[in-house]
Amino acid sequence: MPSIVLRITQPFFDIGRFTMLMSSAFMSLREMGTYWQNFQIQLVRIGIDSIPIVALAAAFSGAVTTVQTAYQLVSPLIPPRIIGAVVVPSLTMELGAVVTGFILSGRVGARIAAELGTMRVTEQIDALEAMGLNSIGYLIVPRVLAGIVMLPVLYVAACLVGIVGGIVSAELTGVVSTGEFIQGAREHWNFFGPYFGLIKAFVFGFLITAVSCYIGYYTKGGADGVGRSTTRAAVMSCVLILVADLILAILLL
Amino acid sequence: MIQVQNIYKSFSGRTVLRDVSLDIQEGSTQAIIGQSGSGKSVLMKHLIGLLRPDQGRVLVDDVDIGTIDYQQLRKIRRQFGVLFQGGALFDSMDAFENIAFPLRTFTTKTDEEVRHEVQKCLDLVRLSNIGTKKTDELSGGMRKRVALARAIALRPRYIIYDEPTSGLDPETSNTINDLIKGLAHQLEITSIVVTHDMHSVLQIADRVAFIHNTRMHWNGTVDELHESSDQILRAFVKANEYIIAPRYSSNNQESSEATQ
Repeated sequence: MPSIVLRITQPFFDIGRFTMLMSSAFMSLREMGTYWQNFQIQLVRIGIDSIPIVALAAAFSGAVTTVQTAYQLVSPLIPPRIIGAVVVPSLTMELGAVVTGFILSGRVGARIAAELGTMRVTEQIDALEAMGLNSIGYLIVPRVLAGIVMLPVLYVAACLVGIVGGIVSAELTGVVSTGEFIQGAREHWNFFGPYFGLIKAFVFGFLITAVSCYIGYYTKGGADGVGRSTTRAAVMSCVLILVADLILAILLL
Repeated sequence: MIQVQNIYKSFSGRTVLRDVSLDIQEGSTQAIIGQSGSGKSVLMKHLIGLLRPDQGRVLVDDVDIGTIDYQQLRKIRRQFGVLFQGGALFDSMDAFENIAFPLRTFTTKTDEEVRHEVQKCLDLVRLSNIGTKKTDELSGGMRKRVALARAIALRPRYIIYDEPTSGLDPETSNTINDLIKGLAHQLEITSIVVTHDMHSVLQIADRVAFIHNTRMHWNGTVDELHESSDQILRAFVKANEYIIAPRYSSNNQESSEATQ
C-alpha cells in the first residue's frame, strides 16, 4: 500500500485499536482481585513517587504567576490583593491540572511506554499470555486506574503547593502581603474552580496512562522501537492534554 | 493431542506459513526444524493461540483454539509451559519471584508451599542458591533454566521450547538438552522443540517436522530422518553436520562425499 494511504489510514486504525484495547481493559475489571497488588504498586509509582517533581513545578508556577500578575495588574488604581484573586483561580482552574499533566506525561507516560515496550520486544507479554494470564488486565488496568486515581490527588497537592509558592514569592518580592493575598483569593473564590480542575485531572490521568499503555503494549522492533514508543507516548500525552484542556473548557465553562 | 490442520498465515501480504499440517502425539517429543525465518516460531505461537491462522485450524484435545472465546483459550493455555527464546523472564522480579509467579497467580498455595514448589522446580532444572538473584545477574544458561523452572511450575501437559539452545555454548546446550530429555521423562510431558540446532534434535526428539519455504516439507521420526533421501532436508542437516552425532554422520557419509 502506498505510504501516503497508510499515513492517512493509520490514525483511524490507531483509534479503532485503542478503543478495542480499552474495552478489553474495561472487561478485565471484574478480575481486579488478581491485579490488586499490581494496582497498589502503580499507585506508588505513578502517584507518590511523582509528588516531589509535581510539587517543585507547582511551586515555581505559583511563584512566577504571582510575580507576573503583579507586574501586569498592580497600579495605583488596582489593589494589590487582586494578585491573590488571579493567582489562586489560575492554579485551581488551569495550572494545577495542566502542569501536573505535563510533568506526568514525561515522567509516567514515558516510563509506562518504555516498560511495556520492553516487555513486548523481550516476549514478556507473550509469556504472561502463554501462562493463561490476561496481560491487558494485569498490565494496563492497574496503570490506567492508578492514573485516574492519582492525578486528582497530585492536582490537589499541586494547587496547595502552588498557592504557597505564590505567597512566598509575593512576600519575598514585596508585591503583596500574605494577608492581602489570602483576602483577595477569598473575596473572588469560585467553588467551581477546584471541581473543574479535578475533572481535568481525572481526564488527563486517563489520557496519559491509557495512551502510553496503548503505545507501549503495541511496540514493534527492538531497542529502536522502544525508543520510538517512549518519545511518542510523551509527545502524544502532551498533545492530548492540550486538546482535552480546550475541549473541557469549551464544554464546562 | 495437538493437531495443526492446513494453516496459512501472512503478515502484511507476506506469506509465512502455507498449508502447514502437523499432529503432535501425547507424550512424544516433537522437533520443528527449519532455517531462521522459515516460520517455526510463528507456528509455535499458533499452538497456544498467541497468533490465529488466516485459514486452517489448530486443535488441542479436539478443541479448535481459533474459534473459542478468550476465557476458554486462557484455560487451555494453562496446560502449556513455554520456554521463550530469550527466557522472557520478568525483569521486575528476581529469579525466585519469576518461578513463584504462576504459582501465586493460579493456585491458592501458602507462601511456604510456594517456596517448597519453587525449590522443587529449581532442583528439576539443577539450579540452587539463585533465588534472590536479579534476572540481569544470570548467565544465558541460567536464564534459560530459570525460565524452564517457571514453565514447569504448574506441571503443564505440554511444554514448548523456542530455540532452547540458541546463544549458548556447546556445554550449556548439552545441559539444556539433557534437561529437556529428563523433564519429558520425569514429568511425562509432551514436548515441542522449535529449533535449527540439529545436535539438539538428534539428542532429544522422537519426531521431526521440517518447515521449508513456508511449507511443511518433511515430517517423520528421527530414524526416518537418518534414512531420508530428501535433498533439501539433507542439505539443511548437512549444514549442521560438524556437530551432529557420529551415527548420523556415518549414515550420510556417502551423501556428504557426493556433495563435496
